Amino acid sequence: MLDLSKYQSIGAALKDALEEFSHEVCLIEADREREKERLTYQDFNARAHPLAKALQDAGFNVGDRASIIMTNQSKWLISAYAIFYAGGVLVPLDYKLTPDEQWRLLEHSGAKVLITEYPIWRQLSVAAGRSAATNVTTALVTEAPKNADLDGAMRWEEFRGSAEPAFVPRARKDVACIVYSSGTGGRPKGCMMTHENYLEQCVALTSIYPFSPGVRYLSILPTNHAIDFMVGFFGPFICGAAVVHLRTLRPEYVREAFSKYKITYVSLVPLVLKNLQKGLQARFDELPSGKRRIFDALVALNKALTKNRPRLGLSRRLLKQVHDPFGGELRTIIIGGAFSEPQTLQFFYDLGIPVANGYGLTEAGTAITVNDLKPFRADTVGKPLPGMELRIVNAGADGIGEVSVRSKTIMSGYLNEPEQTAETIVDGWLMTGDLGRVDATGHLQLFGRKKNMVVTEEGKNIYPEDIEAVFDSLPVKEFCVFAANYIWPQRSLVGEQLLLALHLEPGQTYSDELRRDISARNSKLLNYKRIHGVVLFDEDFPRTASLKIKRNSLAEQIARLDRATAFLPL
Amino acid sequence: MRTLEQTTQEVLDLASKHFNVPAGSLAPEDDFFKKLGIDSLQTLEMLSRLENHFGIELPDYEVQGVSDFRTLASRIQSRL
Repeated sequence: MLDLSKYQSIGAALKDALEEFSHEVCLIEADREREKERLTYQDFNARAHPLAKALQDAGFNVGDRASIIMTNQSKWLISAYAIFYAGGVLVPLDYKLTPDEQWRLLEHSGAKVLITEYPIWRQLSVAAGRSAATNVTTALVTEAPKNADLDGAMRWEEFRGSAEPAFVPRARKDVACIVYSSGTGGRPKGCMMTHENYLEQCVALTSIYPFSPGVRYLSILPTNHAIDFMVGFFGPFICGAAVVHLRTLRPEYVREAFSKYKITYVSLVPLVLKNLQKGLQARFDELPSGKRRIFDALVALNKALTKNRPRLGLSRRLLKQVHDPFGGELRTIIIGGAFSEPQTLQFFYDLGIPVANGYGLTEAGTAITVNDLKPFRADTVGKPLPGMELRIVNAGADGIGEVSVRSKTIMSGYLNEPEQTAETIVDGWLMTGDLGRVDATGHLQLFGRKKNMVVTEEGKNIYPEDIEAVFDSLPVKEFCVFAANYIWPQRSLVGEQLLLALHLEPGQTYSDELRRDISARNSKLLNYKRIHGVVLFDEDFPRTASLKIKRNSLAEQIARLDRATAFLPL
Repeated sequence: MRTLEQTTQEVLDLASKHFNVPAGSLAPEDDFFKKLGIDSLQTLEMLSRLENHFGIELPDYEVQGVSDFRTLASRIQSRL
């Protein structure tokens, strides 16, 4: 691994890594059973340089912003490196957002360049939001069919400069990426992450979960997500490891990839982990009773022998039938994006597959705490990473209060949002809005959320104000969307729901027609953003002088209602 | 060659069989996440079944943002 303390920027560190590990494999890309690409670090360099040069020739200057909207694939990482090489700021966007949401964030980020893939461009190019994002002057599209009308975009494959590009250095405090932690319909929250944020986070994470040549990371979480950007790109690259991309995430091909590519690490969201657990449990339940007894005894033995620390070699021999389908070289499943249930984590640990559960926020530069497995604790999210100061603010008698953190990995702020930044970073401490407690062994336990948001099991952050637009002109006096647990605090991070608070017109009733209207509008939202129920509130919503709803006051007033009877499921 | 109506009906039949929903209870305009109570992962499983049934490859991006049977059927139809 490179000594990152010597580097000023992501680009400079990657540049040296590509030379240091030039003959190692860095990327494998597969589409179903077909391997499409296998690149060494040298090959990677040879692909990225012409792109960096073409960007420079097109007037892309130091500090200019370029966005990538792509599914996980080699061209994502090649494009990102070219942007850093040219001194640019990367704006990675979620390919699952709607085209108009993507244009809105493109406009907000001020990106000059957009790099995307053809199926996404097909939808983006005709979306209404395109007309507002006049800042995007260059659009590059990958894998476009031969005769496709690119509607003003250029082919990524043909966008190549012929001479060597000039490497553009950046300083540690310069912004490296603008990462959107939410922000679709409401106020976009673009986290400005510096080069230092990434360099420091990488040092901290690799001190616990090391990468090296020969290690293969299966990249499933979207690379625009802070976790995959770190453990599916920057981390492995500066250590000479390889990243495996799959062009389809069908469970059967993901399963096959584990054994085919002898995967060492993978990151999953809790939903996928739970699904994996269900599949394994069903397999175990099908065992004939004699075999099942032997299997259960082996699991019990493994559990006893790994009580204090994982013993991978031993577990792989004891529970061969479990480990072989995972390729036999899996060291850890990294779990992130949302809260994971302890019993699921314990299930895998007992089988000899450690799950690195942790806790983090994009604003904190990915991870704040990670379980170091010494010993494994399913009931906590681990200890603070090296360099991370953690404190609990306004703790109650039970020790539970708001988690706040200070470290060199904390973002420099939200783009164009000084007020939101000042509310979130107070005297250098990032206020997470999550409720937690630190136990006697220094492990952090999480208990719920203080802020008005939910995180789905798929790791999606949803801020209620972002989805209100779909209910515009609903025939009621006024409405407001809330996270139900924000109104009625629960000591839980699972099963979160969104609700629509309605104030009806005088004499109006909550009719079937109104309910159908709400359902129809709700179905226009992506499935994970949908509201689950309605609460009727019969007073005027409290508002500011500029007539904005005072969400906090309204939440306090609604909280006086009994959740069990007030919450009307849709 | 199937018509879009036939393709849609086959999609509905396959979904009702795979997820144990009474035949005839699904309509083309239904939201399959809601009607079948499935998550994004189960949707991918359903796609694999549909691919096998129709003998086509349906890239993941083709179904990005799709949540009703009719649109899903039209994506399949364009690849038949």
